[in-house]
Amino acid sequence: MSRLEFRTKDRAQQTADNLNADFERRVLATTPGQCPVDMVESFLSLCHAQSCGKCVPCRLGIAQLLKVHRDILDLSKEVSMDRLELLQKTAETIRISADCAIGKEAGNMVLKALEGFREDYEEHILYNRCAPNVMDKRHPVACVSDCPAHVDVPGYTALVREGRYDDAVRLIRKDNPFPTVCAHICEHPCEHRCRRQLVDSSVNIRALKKYAVDNCSETVPTPDKMDDTGKRVAIIGGGPSGLTAAYFLSLMGHKPTVFEKRDKLGGMLRYGIPNYRLPRERLQWDIDAILGTGVEVKLNYDYEKESSVEELMKEYDATYISIGAHTHKTIGVDGEYLHNVIPAVEMLRGIGDDAMPDFRDKAVCVIGGGNVAMDVARTAKRLGASEVHIVYRRRRADMTALDEEIDGAIAEGCNLIELKAPARILGDDNSNVKALVVQPQMSGESDASGRPRPVPANAPEETIPCQIIISAIGQGIDYDEFKETDIVVNERRGLFVTNPANEAQGNPGIYAGGDCVTGPSTVINAIAAGKVAAANIDEYLGYNHEISVDVDIPLPVIEDKKPTGRAELRLRYANERGGDFHGIEGGYSIEEALQEASRCLRCDYNGFGLFRGGRNEKW
Amino acid sequence: MVNITINGEKLSVKEGTTILEAAKAVNIDIPHLCYLKDINEIGACRVCCVEVEGMEELVTACNTVCREGMVVKTNSPKARSSRRTNVALILADHDCQCATCSRGGNCTLSTLANDLGILDSRYIETTEYAEWKSDCPIVRNPAKCIKCMRCIQICDKVQGMNVWDLTGTGYRTTVGVAQNVKMEEAKCAYCGQCITHCPVGALREKNSLTELYDALADPEVVTMVQVAPAVRAAWGEGVGLEREEGSMGKMVAALREIGFDLVYDTVYTADLTIMEEGSEFIERFTHKDEYSWPMFTSCCPGWVRFAKLEYPQYVKNLSTAKSPQQMFGAMAKTLIAKKAGVDPKKVFSVSIMPCTAKKYECDVEQVNDAGEGQDVDLVLTTRELDRLIRADRIDMKNIKESPFDEIFGAGTGAGVIFGATGGVMEAALRSAYFLITGENPPVDAFKDVRGLDGWKEATFEVQGMPVRVAVASGLGNTRKLMEAIDKGEVEYDFVEIMACPGGCAGGGGQPIHEGEELAGIRGQHLYGLDQINELRFSHENPAVTLTYEEYLEKPNSHLAHELLHTELTEWDL
Repeated sequence: MSRLEFRTKDRAQQTADNLNADFERRVLATTPGQCPVDMVESFLSLCHAQSCGKCVPCRLGIAQLLKVHRDILDLSKEVSMDRLELLQKTAETIRISADCAIGKEAGNMVLKALEGFREDYEEHILYNRCAPNVMDKRHPVACVSDCPAHVDVPGYTALVREGRYDDAVRLIRKDNPFPTVCAHICEHPCEHRCRRQLVDSSVNIRALKKYAVDNCSETVPTPDKMDDTGKRVAIIGGGPSGLTAAYFLSLMGHKPTVFEKRDKLGGMLRYGIPNYRLPRERLQWDIDAILGTGVEVKLNYDYEKESSVEELMKEYDATYISIGAHTHKTIGVDGEYLHNVIPAVEMLRGIGDDAMPDFRDKAVCVIGGGNVAMDVARTAKRLGASEVHIVYRRRRADMTALDEEIDGAIAEGCNLIELKAPARILGDDNSNVKALVVQPQMSGESDASGRPRPVPANAPEETIPCQIIISAIGQGIDYDEFKETDIVVNERRGLFVTNPANEAQGNPGIYAGGDCVTGPSTVINAIAAGKVAAANIDEYLGYNHEISVDVDIPLPVIEDKKPTGRAELRLRYANERGGDFHGIEGGYSIEEALQEASRCLRCDYNGFGLFRGGRNEKW
Repeated sequence: MVNITINGEKLSVKEGTTILEAAKAVNIDIPHLCYLKDINEIGACRVCCVEVEGMEELVTACNTVCREGMVVKTNSPKARSSRRTNVALILADHDCQCATCSRGGNCTLSTLANDLGILDSRYIETTEYAEWKSDCPIVRNPAKCIKCMRCIQICDKVQGMNVWDLTGTGYRTTVGVAQNVKMEEAKCAYCGQCITHCPVGALREKNSLTELYDALADPEVVTMVQVAPAVRAAWGEGVGLEREEGSMGKMVAALREIGFDLVYDTVYTADLTIMEEGSEFIERFTHKDEYSWPMFTSCCPGWVRFAKLEYPQYVKNLSTAKSPQQMFGAMAKTLIAKKAGVDPKKVFSVSIMPCTAKKYECDVEQVNDAGEGQDVDLVLTTRELDRLIRADRIDMKNIKESPFDEIFGAGTGAGVIFGATGGVMEAALRSAYFLITGENPPVDAFKDVRGLDGWKEATFEVQGMPVRVAVASGLGNTRKLMEAIDKGEVEYDFVEIMACPGGCAGGGGQPIHEGEELAGIRGQHLYGLDQINELRFSHENPAVTLTYEEYLEKPNSHLAHELLHTELTEWDL
């Protein structure tokens, strides 16, 4: 026996580690609509397997939690409600008395479950069945279910595989009139629970959509309009949400008119997202298709000179408010009003109207950690800034920006400065910015949402010399024009208040959606809100027009599904792309597109899909 | 066309053909369990998994479409092994107390397991035992359910009632009443199509044999039985008789041997129904403004429930005439008892029906008018009749035929075709024509309403007046028709509805044959019986004539209304 050994993993340990990794992905790919009680029961089995067995609450307590769960879930057992109290008490005891986190967190999980979905437990105890909402939410196709607009993902994936790109575009448009926009910048929630993760990793859905829009015909016709209803709908705000509503309402035979304050349509797609991520001509392609259905547009609309919002609401049969969130929030530090402290939204707005600021040889600090912060940082770099610092008071891991955006910014030469909170801004004699002073932070205790709070570190302030400061710390809505109306605004959040049907409270016929209701969010959420509004406005107007498309979906190819690497889209080299505003993302080769499409497990057809209908053919 | 090879045999099939169907075309039977053609091709049981050359994973034959050059082996070692394992897994999850199962001897799973030779299993039992707390005509035993989903699919896709749905998740997934309600609260028509499409004994009708045996054993009780038209087309299937061998004479003889004191034919009251309903139609048709249109038949309790549940605004359009079963019940404890010389109080009135909803109908309080308890005390299905015969080991091949008891065994061909879709309409038109014109029409004048189409329509002229009729069978088809009527897309004067596809011939109480839909063949048999009957018109039934002459006076008389009509809007569901 040697005194010490350098251990290498044996086969069993390696296999066990691999299984752990497989299982992590399996948990990620949990299909929507699982019975949460059933899930907790299975998690408890895992917790129990992890227990070292030393301390009583973990070894025996979890065993009891497990048994009680099994009794509750048994479809034929009579169980009384006092079991819930027993669960509560036992879990509480495990949480406060187990020797380590294996036990404590198992107890905590059950406590959270009892609070979060107690009615599911009660339904099982009282009626031996899952709560109705579990069965209602049960959806066979995770990607479709997780897409806020419920785009038929397996359908267009299969069409791309068959080379039917026009049909793919037509199919996407059934739920979302912005296929090109989403092909470029969608945050693809569809990929989060992709079942392919059980095999290897999720299908690169956005890349396949990009392949379809990159390879379809020059124009892909939109569906025929339904019979003219003579109903007029005012759409206030020509961003993705408003244009989506306008598109569907127009197809349904109504007459939508879009009132847009600015020069051009697109909202944040044009005035928020830089060209290198979403080339303008590609955005225009989607907008042209939408306008081609006969949407009337009033650009540079001035509420002072023409009808006010209140008058529009009276004049039209229905109104959809989708004004987005275009105002900035203040930083709240000294020096905020010095020259060259620029709100990100204003800078991007100017660029949207082709007013390019000159940052040549300037040092730029960007304050914030969201996608907008990354957008302005990368834009600043392209405008010639000598250096760009992204200053954030939390850690990179806490940033809301997508990983790929952060990576892109860093690759293009932006400098990430984490855990530094702006303290004040220093100016020179001419009131121009000369530096940002920051207070170092440390990651502290988590808030209720689980996100660690930044707390000031015991360290001196630092000074970052710079000539430009761009604040990207969130946006609000500009509802001045709505003050005369009855539309309810949540003052604290600064947003319009609606019900899930997107109806503005207490105003029949007035709907609102997109960023002005949710706060700054993703384009697909804005599109989904527009779709929901269109359906409900149609119904409000007394119709039930159904949107469908005559594209037949190919049957799945019969083949073994062997693990195959996910193909990522290639970006132009950082040092090449960082100097211009041209699109940075390339497309797949045909081989890559075919292989990626073949990775789709066709949940619309296999598994629950075939039984319970993997496709909403109309809405 | 697509060229494929199955078990070495080369064939070419139409594009879109599944492996299972392609194999069937060359007489290669691929074992399967959950598959129900066009209704349930979901690959749930995995029994039909076959090997495709070049692939490691197996594919399901039931829903995999043949592709060019495919080479299939249905019984490769891999396919065999997986098939046996999957069936063994199902068996471990299934209550295998086959002796007490309603499908003993007629179970798809048991046949399959036996064919595959699964005699020992190493699996631990996972069967879900739970009590079925309901007194409805449809009984479900969760321990028998193999989760093939056929009941859900037939109810959703064919009947459009969505009564069943999955409940529970993961390994506890099972079938339950949809919307998390109790069976009593479910919007179920009680048609029983879920029962006839269940491959095992998870679904069955409420068992009435014990009550019957008690009645037969009681010397104080006079047991009187009626046999519905559609029963004669199917009862032989369960007792080893060819359809042609299963004569009424043999059935009557068997019923007597079982111990029924008086044996009659529901066809008598089918004819009586025509007189009442036909006269009602003429009354409505000649006073069009006073009624809502169209008029609907009401002899199918599944349809009555459907109408009350889904289209309550149309219930007033249904004929007030009772169904033949209930008309017989009303007459049984009045005129028939009197004629047979028995005390109505002692009569225990039994009906044999192709139907499960009839078990509901007889219990409806508002339908009992004879004043001696329930007009029909007990309803048996055709399957229960067959069980009675098998229980007594009656030699059906050699039994000597016996006639019905006097008078009320008389029936016309018009009454017999009540058992097939379109039959009630045709019978009604034959007599309505007579009632209007005073003479009989050519007997096959209305044959356009025959056949298995789910929604048929025709217009006939009676004395220069066009009568627009429609016939639907199956509740999915019925809903389509009702929607069209409701939207004003179609207009009819008289509409016949039967809840089961093909009518009572395909009823939920009929014998069950895996993978076969026999409503068409049974219906043809009924039309054959009509053809050879000397009497083809309900108004010529001597028992009907006697009923009016001696008792009810005339159709729709005061007494007829009291005994033979009912207010459907008041029925309890």
